[in-house]
Amino acid sequence: MIETSQRELPKAASGLSNASTRKRLSLRNEQISMEVRDLNLFYGQTQALKNISMDIASKRVTAFIGPSGCGKSTLLRCFNRMTALVDICSIKGEIKIDGEDIYHPSIDVPELRRKVGMVFQKPNPFPKSIYENIAYGLRLQGVRNRRKLDEVVENSLRRAALWDEVKDRLDDNAFGLSGGQQQRLVIARAIAIEPEVILLDEPCSALDPISTAKVEELIIDLKETYTIVIVTHNMQQAARVSDFTAYMYLGELIEYEDTAKLFTNPSRKATEDYITGRYG
Amino acid sequence: MKQWFKSGDPWIWLIAGAVSISVIMVVGLLLLIAVRGLGHFWQPPIVETTFHDAGQEIAVLGTIRTVETVTAQAVREAGFQVPEDQGLVTRYLFHLGNRDLTGRDFQWFIGDFLEEFAYPADAIMLERREWGNFFGYLLAVKEGDRVVAEGEAAFAELRERMKRSSELVADTVQMERYEIGRINRGIEQERLEQRRIELNDRLTDAERQDQIARSEAEVARLNAVYQEMLSELQALRATARRDSLVARASDGREVTIALADVVRATRANTMTLPQKLQEYGARFWGFLSGYPREANTEGGIFPAIFGTVIMVLIMSIVVTPFGVLAAIYLREYAKQGPVTRIVRISVNNLAGVPSIVFGVFGLGFFVYFLGGNIDQLFFPEALPAPTFGSPGLIWASLTLALLTLPVVIVSTEEGLTRIPKAMREGSLALGATKAETLWKVIVPVSTPAMMTGLILAVARAAGEVAPLMLVGVVKLAPNLPLDGQFPYLHLERRIMHLGFHIYDVGFQSPNAEAARPVVYATALVLVGLILILNLTAIAIRNRLREKYKSESD
Repeated sequence: MIETSQRELPKAASGLSNASTRKRLSLRNEQISMEVRDLNLFYGQTQALKNISMDIASKRVTAFIGPSGCGKSTLLRCFNRMTALVDICSIKGEIKIDGEDIYHPSIDVPELRRKVGMVFQKPNPFPKSIYENIAYGLRLQGVRNRRKLDEVVENSLRRAALWDEVKDRLDDNAFGLSGGQQQRLVIARAIAIEPEVILLDEPCSALDPISTAKVEELIIDLKETYTIVIVTHNMQQAARVSDFTAYMYLGELIEYEDTAKLFTNPSRKATEDYITGRYG
Repeated sequence: MKQWFKSGDPWIWLIAGAVSISVIMVVGLLLLIAVRGLGHFWQPPIVETTFHDAGQEIAVLGTIRTVETVTAQAVREAGFQVPEDQGLVTRYLFHLGNRDLTGRDFQWFIGDFLEEFAYPADAIMLERREWGNFFGYLLAVKEGDRVVAEGEAAFAELRERMKRSSELVADTVQMERYEIGRINRGIEQERLEQRRIELNDRLTDAERQDQIARSEAEVARLNAVYQEMLSELQALRATARRDSLVARASDGREVTIALADVVRATRANTMTLPQKLQEYGARFWGFLSGYPREANTEGGIFPAIFGTVIMVLIMSIVVTPFGVLAAIYLREYAKQGPVTRIVRISVNNLAGVPSIVFGVFGLGFFVYFLGGNIDQLFFPEALPAPTFGSPGLIWASLTLALLTLPVVIVSTEEGLTRIPKAMREGSLALGATKAETLWKVIVPVSTPAMMTGLILAVARAAGEVAPLMLVGVVKLAPNLPLDGQFPYLHLERRIMHLGFHIYDVGFQSPNAEAARPVVYATALVLVGLILILNLTAIAIRNRLREKYKSESD
C-alpha cells in the first residue's frame, strides 16, 4: 500500500540529516545482495525518498522501521519495481541486484519479480484452491507436470509451516483459511517460485499474536535460504527477527545499523527518540 | 410530536409504506395475470337457456364468460323493456361459438330476459381447428356415410375415433410442414442454382446450357416427387376425414363436422373434477406446445416461446463477449482521461436511448446495410428477393445485443473495479504480466459481475417488443428458425415473439373476446419464461460466486 500521506510530506523536514554526515554501516563481512545508490523517488511533485544509499546483506533479515509515511514501504516496493504501478511515480538513482541495475530499460520486470518475491500487509490469496494458489507462480512459468507441481506445493507449504494444517484440504478455497494461515499461504506462494529475495511489507500487521509468532519463526527459518527485507511498525518484531535495521524518517535513511546496536545504542538522537517512544 | 419526528419513526413508516406499496403492486400484477391467464384453460359448465325479448325467442347454449351489473337506464336506452322501478340489471356475456352458423362467437344477454339456466348433460363443446368452438348436442358418429353410433353411445365412440383422426391429422401436418417443405426448398435451391449459373461469366455458353439442363432435369425429378407426395397427402387427408359427427346446434340446425376438424370434444356438464383437471392439463400443454390457429387467437404459442428463447440466447452469446471485452479495455487498458470518460458517459447514455430508436438503427444498419451487402456478396442469385437483407432472427438478436450492451459493460466494469488492488499486486509480484493477471485472476473473479450484467440484459431483452417489430419479429412465422434442414439454425428467418404475440393478439385480432384470455395466458408465459431464464442465470452466478468467494463479496 502506498500511504497517501506521503504526498503531503513537508519539504522543510529534510533538514534532519543529510547523506554526507550519515554513518555508513560496514557490511564487510557480509555478502551483498542488493545495492541502493542515491535513490530519489517522486510521486508527481512530492519527493517520497531522498538520496537513499544502502546495501542489503545476502541471507540476512533487514528490517525497515520508521513512522507511517516515512517511505519504508515505498523503498521496499522499489526492489521489485512495484512502484511502477503508480503512474505518477518517477525514480532517479539505481538499485542493483547481484550487480545488475533493475531499473535498466532492458530488464524484464516479470522476470525480476520472480527473483524478488513479495508478501503484502494484508494476506491476499487468490480466490482459488490452496493448491492452485501455490501452483500459480509455477504455472505462469509453464510448469505443467503434475508430479513436479505436487512436490513444489508440498515443499512450499512445509517450509511455510502450513502443510500439516492444510494437507487434507488442498482443494478448498484459500479464503476458508484463517488470517494467519492465509499469510503463511502467501509466503508459501512466494517461496514456491524460488526467489532470491523476499520482501515482506508489514506481514504481521493484520495478524493476532500467535499467528505473528508463527510468521516470525518462519522468517528466521527462511533466512537460511533467502535474503529477507521486512518493513514493520513493530519495533520488538524488528529486534526479534532482523540482523540489520534501518530507521527511516520523512523519506530519508536516518540510521542503518546492526540490529543489536541500533536498539541498544543508537548513534543518532532521532533514532533513539523513535525507538524509545518519545517521537510523536 | 417533535419528539416523534426526531425518533425517526416517520421515516420508518414512510419507507415501510413505500416498500409495501411496491410489493402489493407487483404481487397484484402477477396475481391478475396468473388468475386471468390460468383461468383460460378451465372448462366452465355449458349453460342452456332461452332469451325472450319483444316476442322473439333465442335459444342460448354456451359458456358464460363474464357477468356484469349495469344500470337499468343504460339498458333502457339500448331499447330493452326493463321495468321502471328496477335500478340495476345483470347481464351475461355468453360464449356461443358456432361462428360458422351465426357469424358471432360472443353475445351479451340481459339476465332479466333469460329463462332459468339449465346444464344439460348431453351438451358438447367441440374445439375446432377452424371457426372456433362449437356448442350443441351430439346426434351421431358416422364412418363415411354409415352411422356407427347414435344417442348415448355416440360420445364414447367419438372420443375413440378422435384418437385415430388426430394421429392422421398430425401425419398430414408433418407431411405438409416437413416433407413437402423439403421438396419445395429443393426446387428453390435448383432455381437459385440456375440463376447462379446464368450469373457466372466464367462459363462458356455450352457449359452453361449443359449445367442448366442438368438442373432442369433435377427440377423435373423433384416436381415428379412433389406430385407424388401431393397425391399421397390428398389420400391421407381423405382418410383423415373419413369419420364425421352429426350435431344439432342450439337453433335446431343439424351440422356435420369431420372429426379431423375437431381438436377436443368435451361434455362439460358431466365431467368430474379429475376429468376437468386432466382436461385442464391437456389444454395448458396444448397451449405451450401447439402452433397458433385462427389468427393466433386459438391454438398454442410454441413458435413464440421458441423464437423468444432462441433470440435471447443468440443475443447473450453476442453481447457477453463484446460487453466484457469492452469493459476490460475501458477499465484495464485505456488511459483514464477525458476520452475514456466521454466513452463511458456515452455507454451509460446508450442505456437510456428509447428502444424503438435501436429498432430504427437495426433496420437501417443491420438489415438494409449489412444484410443488403451480405446478399450482394453471398446470395446474388436470389436477388432481388432478399436473404439476409430483410428482417430476421440474426438482426433481431444483434439489435437486442446492442440495446443491452451498456448494461453488460457497466456491470462488468463495476465488477472489475471491486477487485481489491492487493489481488492484482499478489499476481504481479509472482512474476505475472498484466495480461496473465487479467486472464488468470481478474476475469475469473469478476465472472459473477458479468453474470449480473447478463441477467439484467436477458430480463430487458426478453421483454422488449418495439424494436423487434422492425427487425425480425412477425405475427406468424411459417417455420421455426431451427429445424432438420442444413444449416439447421436459420438465422435469416423471421421469428415469432411472446411480447409481440401479446400485442398482436390483444390489439390486432378481429375476435377481441376470444383473444383476451390468450393475451393474459401469453403474458403469464412470458413472465414465467423471463423468470426461468433469470433463475438459471442467477443459479450459475451463485455457483461462480461460491467458487471465487473472496472477502470482496
